[in-house]
This record gives sequence, C-alpha cells and structure tokens, in this order.
Amino acid sequence: MTFSASGNRCGGLPGLALLLLLAGCMGNPDDLPDGVVYCSEGNPNGFNPQLDASGTTSDASSHQIYDRLMDFDPQSGRVVPALASSWLVSEDGLTYTFQLRKGVAFHQTPYFTPTRSFNADDVLFSINRWRQADHPYHNVSGGTYPYFTSLGLNNIITDVRRVNGYRVELTLSRPDSSFLANLATDFSVILSAEYANQLAQQGEKSRLDTFPIGTGPFKFVDYKKDRFIRYAKHPEYWRHDRAPQNLIYDITTSSSLRVAKLMTGECDAMALPAHSELPTIEQREYLVLDEKPGLNVGFWAFNTARPPFDNPKVRQALALAIDKNTLLEAVYFGSAVNAKSLLPPSSWAYQEGLTDTSYNPVLARRLLEENGIEPGFSMNIWAMPVERAYNPNARKMAELIQGYLRQVGIEANIVSYEWSTFRQRLKQGLHDSVLIGWSADNGDPDNFYRPLLSCNAINSGTNRAMWCSQQYDALINDALQHTDPDQRRAIYWQANALLKQEMPLVPLAHAFRYQAYHRSLQGLVINPFGAIRFGEVEKD
Amino acid sequence: MFRFVLRHFNLYVLTLLVLCIFSFWLAYLFPGDPLVNLTGLTLNDPADYQAMAQKYHMDSGILVQFWHYLVLLWDGDWGFSFSSGLPLYQEIFDSLPATVELSTYALLLSLLIGIPLGFLAGLRHHRTTDNALLAASVVGYSTPVFWLALLMILLFSLQLGWFPLSGRISLLFDVPHDTGFILVDIWLSDMPNKGAAMINAVQHMVMPVLSITIVTTAIVLRLTRRAVVEVMPKEYVQAAYARGLSKHQVILRHVVRNAMLPILPLLAMQSTILLTNAMIVEVIYSWPGIGNWLIQAIYQRDYPAIRAGMLAVSTLVVSLTIFIDLLARIIDPTRERGARAKI
Repeated sequence: MTFSASGNRCGGLPGLALLLLLAGCMGNPDDLPDGVVYCSEGNPNGFNPQLDASGTTSDASSHQIYDRLMDFDPQSGRVVPALASSWLVSEDGLTYTFQLRKGVAFHQTPYFTPTRSFNADDVLFSINRWRQADHPYHNVSGGTYPYFTSLGLNNIITDVRRVNGYRVELTLSRPDSSFLANLATDFSVILSAEYANQLAQQGEKSRLDTFPIGTGPFKFVDYKKDRFIRYAKHPEYWRHDRAPQNLIYDITTSSSLRVAKLMTGECDAMALPAHSELPTIEQREYLVLDEKPGLNVGFWAFNTARPPFDNPKVRQALALAIDKNTLLEAVYFGSAVNAKSLLPPSSWAYQEGLTDTSYNPVLARRLLEENGIEPGFSMNIWAMPVERAYNPNARKMAELIQGYLRQVGIEANIVSYEWSTFRQRLKQGLHDSVLIGWSADNGDPDNFYRPLLSCNAINSGTNRAMWCSQQYDALINDALQHTDPDQRRAIYWQANALLKQEMPLVPLAHAFRYQAYHRSLQGLVINPFGAIRFGEVEKD
Repeated sequence: MFRFVLRHFNLYVLTLLVLCIFSFWLAYLFPGDPLVNLTGLTLNDPADYQAMAQKYHMDSGILVQFWHYLVLLWDGDWGFSFSSGLPLYQEIFDSLPATVELSTYALLLSLLIGIPLGFLAGLRHHRTTDNALLAASVVGYSTPVFWLALLMILLFSLQLGWFPLSGRISLLFDVPHDTGFILVDIWLSDMPNKGAAMINAVQHMVMPVLSITIVTTAIVLRLTRRAVVEVMPKEYVQAAYARGLSKHQVILRHVVRNAMLPILPLLAMQSTILLTNAMIVEVIYSWPGIGNWLIQAIYQRDYPAIRAGMLAVSTLVVSLTIFIDLLARIIDPTRERGARAKI
C-alpha cells in the first residue's frame, strides 16, 4: 500500500529530494508567526487548578487562562490587587469585603461568547463550587479540590454573599491569618458563571474544566495530550495589550530533550532544567539561567497507615540509615540546602537552631532489631517519574537509598508509574514509602504544615505519609488564631519538635528554583509562589 | 489465476483472524477487568457497567464475545484510550498518516538514489566503483537507525544548528488536520503564511527522512546491483550487442526493463523494514506518528491503546505484504513461489 500510494502521490512532489537538500539553507526564522514556545514537562490534568494541586496543571492554566481576586507580587511576596481592586477586613477578622474590578472581559472563543463582563456572580460561583458539597458543579470532573480541602478552607468559610454586582462579602467561622494569602494562590482562580450556566443547560458540565474560559492574558485554543497546548492572546485582557500573539506549550517529558530544544531555538523557555544540565545552559551566551531560593521541600514519606511504618521507632531508624549529605550532592549537585524541617530557610518561621538527624547505620540497625524488623525485610520506595525542583531525580535518589537500606539489612524495591497513575495510586495509599515533595503556593508557613501532614490532607491526597495526629492538628490550628508572628513562630517550633519525634517523613532538601530561557525573551520572572506567568513576557 | 488470488485472500483473512484473536486475548491477559481493557472506560456506575457488559456480551460464552468484538472492530468502535479518553479509532487514524508520510518520502528518496547507484555498481561489476558502492552500502545497511538518528541530531541540530530536532513543524504554525499528511494539509489550508510553513515542515522532515533513507538506500542499491549483474550475461543482452547496438541502447532497451521487473516487488517487500525503522525514528525525533504513539501507550500502561495499536500496525503490515506479494505474482507469473530478496 505504501508503494502504490506513493506512486500516485509522487506526482505532486517531483522535486522533493532537491527540496530536502536545499531546505537547510533556506530557512528564515523571521517567517515564523509571532509567539512564545515553552517546553513544559508533562500533561496537565485538565485546565482548572482548583481540581488539582500539581504544578503542571497550574503552570498550564493558573496565570495563563485565569486571574484571581488577588496576586502575589513575585518580588516582595506581598498580596496585591488583581480582580479585586480593594478589600476590607473587619475588626474581629471574620468578615472580608472585596470590591471587584469593573469592565474585565472573559475570553471569547469558538465554544463560548460572553454577553457580560466579570462581576460578583463569577466570584460566588468559583468559591461555592469547591466550598459547597451540594453545589451543582461540586462533583463535576472528579469533585476533589485538594488545595482547599487540605487546608480546610471549605469549612472556614461560612458564607459568601453578593452585596451588589461588584461587591462580595465572605464570612469566616474563625479568624485565619493566612486567608488572604490562600485566595491569592494559583488555585483560587475565577471561572465564568455565565459559561457554567450555558454548559449546564447543554448538559456538558465537565467541559468547564477541559475547555476553559477565564479572564487571563491567553485563551485556550487546543490541547493534544503528549504533544502540545495552544493558547492565543486574549485581545481584551484587562491589564495590558502587550501579551504575545500565541503561546505554545511543547510537552516534552525528557529534560535533556527540553535543553536540546532550547539550544536549537525550538523552545524559547523551558521548564525545570535538570541540575546536571545547568552548566550546559550557563555556557551558552544566548541563554539565560535564573536562580532563586525556592519555597519547597523534598522529602521521603513513610506510609504510616501500613505496618511496620506505623511505628515511630521504625521510621526514626530508617531516617538514621540514610546519609542526607551524600544524597544532596549526588542528586542536587549542590543546588539545594539540607532540610531539617518542613520550612525552607527563607520562611519567616524557620527554626535556625534545629538539630538534624545524623547518619548512623549502627544505631539504625539496633533500633530496627528492637522493633522486630529482621534482616532481609523487604519494603518498597516509590520514586516519582517526573523531575521537580524539590527532587530533580527521584529515581537516582531511590537507588542511593536502596544502597543505604541494604547496609542495615533491608531490601528495597523501587516502584514507579506514569505521573498521573503514580499520584492516583499514591492517594490510595498503596506505597510503603515515597520520594516526593512540595512547592508552596504562598509564603505562609501554614502552607507547608497543613497540606503535608494534617488529617484533612489525607483525603485530599497531599498527606503522603497518611499521618494523622490530633495533637499536631491542634497546634497548627492554634497557630492560625494568632496574628503576632512571634506567637505563631513559637507554635510552629512545637510542631517541629513533634515531627522530629514522630518522623512521619524525612525532610531532605530545599532546592533552588531555576528557569532557563532565550535572551530574546523579556519579562519572564521566577514566581516563587508557584506557577509560571507568560502574560508579561515580550519577545524581541 | 483465480485460484491463486483466492489462496492469497484466504491467507489474508486467516492472518487477520489470528491477529484479532490475539488482540481480543490481550484484553484478558492484561491486568485488570477485561471489560475495562476492551472499552477503555472506567465504569464506576453499576448501570454504566451493565450497559457496557451487555454491549460486549460479557455474560455470554467466549466465542460470542469474540464475535461481537469483531463486529465492533468492523464498525470502528475500538474503545477509548485510558490516558486521553479519546476514541482509539480516531487517535490511531490521526497518527498513522504521519508514519505513512515519513515512510513514503523515505522510500521515494531511497529509490531515487538507490536505483541509479545500483545500476552503476552492477554495470561496473568487480571494478573499483562497484567495490566502493558495495562497501558504502554495507556500512549503511548495518548502521542501527536509532544510533544514526542520534548522531545526526548531535551534528546537524546541536552543533551546526541547521535543522530542528523534533516534531513535524514549528508549533507556532497551526496547521488544520485534514488528510494527516503535513505537506498536503499545508497545501490545502488557507493559512496566511503557507510558503513559510512549507519550508518549516520540510526542514523538520529532512533529518528523520534521511535517517531512514540511508538504511533503505543501501538495501535498494544492493537489490538493484544484484539484478543487473544477473541480467548482464543473459543471451538477449549478448544478442543485442551482437546486433550492433551501442552500450547505451542495450542498457536502456534491455537491461533496465529486465532488471527492474523482478526487483520492484522485492523492493516493495522491504516496506516492513521501512515501517519498523520509521517507528524507531519517530520516537527519537518526536514525530507524532503511530510508533511514538504506541511507545507512549506502553509507557502509560494504556492497555486498550496497546491492544488497538498493535492490531492496526500489524494489519497494515500484513495487508502490505500480502498485497504486494499478490501484485508481484500477477506482474510476473514466472516468478518462483516464495522467492525473496537476495541482498
């Protein structure tokens, strides 16, 4: 068939051979349509960050398609106005009133034409969707809202009220000093209520999260799994008119291939350069490598719901069996600092004098024996299949840990799946231990303590240790009642002591964040609070 | 002749049946619920599950199930992909043209280069030109295609920066999907910058096509050379010389036709190797064809996709092979049964 078909088709291609040979010299980069190509690291799980806490999903939607009521200023970390032009907090810290921006246009696409601009209804819809379990959209697309449920935000908010078309009032059940910061995270995006109504009438509710409509600088055009995401400029974007005409996410899972594409100019910017590739990028004058200390933590979590990992002594023994400094050098190549607690040194609640677990295989072995772990005990280590700033090579780290565990008489098997399968099974608690981590969504310490280890976070799938302690939950809840940083800090330090004793996870590293792009790209700033932003980027 | 066609037809139908049985069996071999592996849908709602079980007749005997599986296959209802949730039929026919396109250009180019060189070598049998070409073809033939592809990326993309290293076209061009053949699609589209898109697409094509071509050209060259060497000492060639024809006339009128006749089908037989190489090359150059798609499916444990992809690719290969074999016998009935290429 190939042969006969080619016989018919070759009529139109007589000069193909010649063309092929000449093409190399004929290419003119100026002929390319205007736009930015970003080599991203994986497939997003839909286009609604409310539904998924993964960095890939928020990278693909949070700041490209949507806006939030407030934003973080990437330089100062302060909360600045976005769709809410101003806000007022009552004396008792229970009522928040937001004044909304007028004349903000939603995207117009082949699948939706807005008849009105942004108003209070959209805010009500967006918040109530994850807040109210009986909301018509709550159970659409899986119905899990990991960020909000892990922080318990759905329980804190008691009422969302429309005061008038451009004023919304939120009432909380108790004061929460991290509340505003939570509304400024990548996940608190504002959806279009009008679009949702239209879809509900058509009976296609789940399209809300796969064919998104927002107010952000880019509108969604097309998505092909494993290949690309295509966005086009939103011509009526409320902030400015200088966003690139096109934005393409070229989905490239291999980090070396991303670097190669950056070098050949097929990508203008790339996600997550591997630490071993940083010198290659630095050597090239036409590339820029930005570095910032990241708000993240990479850790080794034990599944405390499974024996023998439900025993704190066993967990401590395992923590003693590994040499963190070697892991740091071998995996991060010096681009990370040793983690002693959940919080990175840049956080205001960081505990300077905390002592670290030391490497002591002899003691580890003894502890294991005392707790009934015989030599030859077998366990598994789940290594995440993707690179993240907080753990650029989980597989390699797992192999090193495997070696350490062998020295104390434990046989470790390394397990890995494709990323979405991996996270799904992890949430079901099928692992013994896992190498994974967390990138904070805002600068507040609560954003580390609560999603990683609170009881609520087990159901939302961010508590990888499946660890639930009433004492710990009481501590971190108490911390939110105080607005004085010193008082809060003292409470978090108590939590640190508890974690040290219980060891549900071993904190390993706080990695620097890197971003590599072509020199021709202007205005790409590292956002320490999560997802990448392309709205402000300009290409020469 | 009729018996002959019938025999081929029987062979074709039987082979396809075996393939279908195998693909059906895979649904049972893969881990998980066979119904989920067949449909590609996670059926949480018991009512949905019942409906699907009824559609696939899961409560009947295995033979009835298989029969309904065949009916669904025939209707183009191949189930859904686990990972993308899209119908497999559509996914496969979106990526298959990319592979066919790549193979077609590579084959054309190999014929354009390989046949003239093969003639040159055959006519200068046992002379320096012949030996040199033969040596070059051994190198080309024995080079692993994935290694060659990587080497070309290293040299032409990363060092010299002449060609892009991945994909079919810069993603900034939004080419509407019509036939699935990128050059044809650009031609048919009403894009404002058709010329630039065309050049860009050709640039993306150069390295993948060349990687396959180098291997295939070596095969073509050796087949042609062998045929020419066999034709040259034949009586009718000697007779033509004796009639006083010039060497030029002899080659054009007698050698070319008589050498080409037996080798064309043999060349086309190489399509299996061609397709295999194309699938390997696709993975390296991120070419969005069926090879790349299948690798992704395997990596993501997308069982319905592996099942349907395997069936589609093997059906294509079997169809090609049997069709060409049949064609070869019709063109040249004197050819021995089962004759294969000698290279």
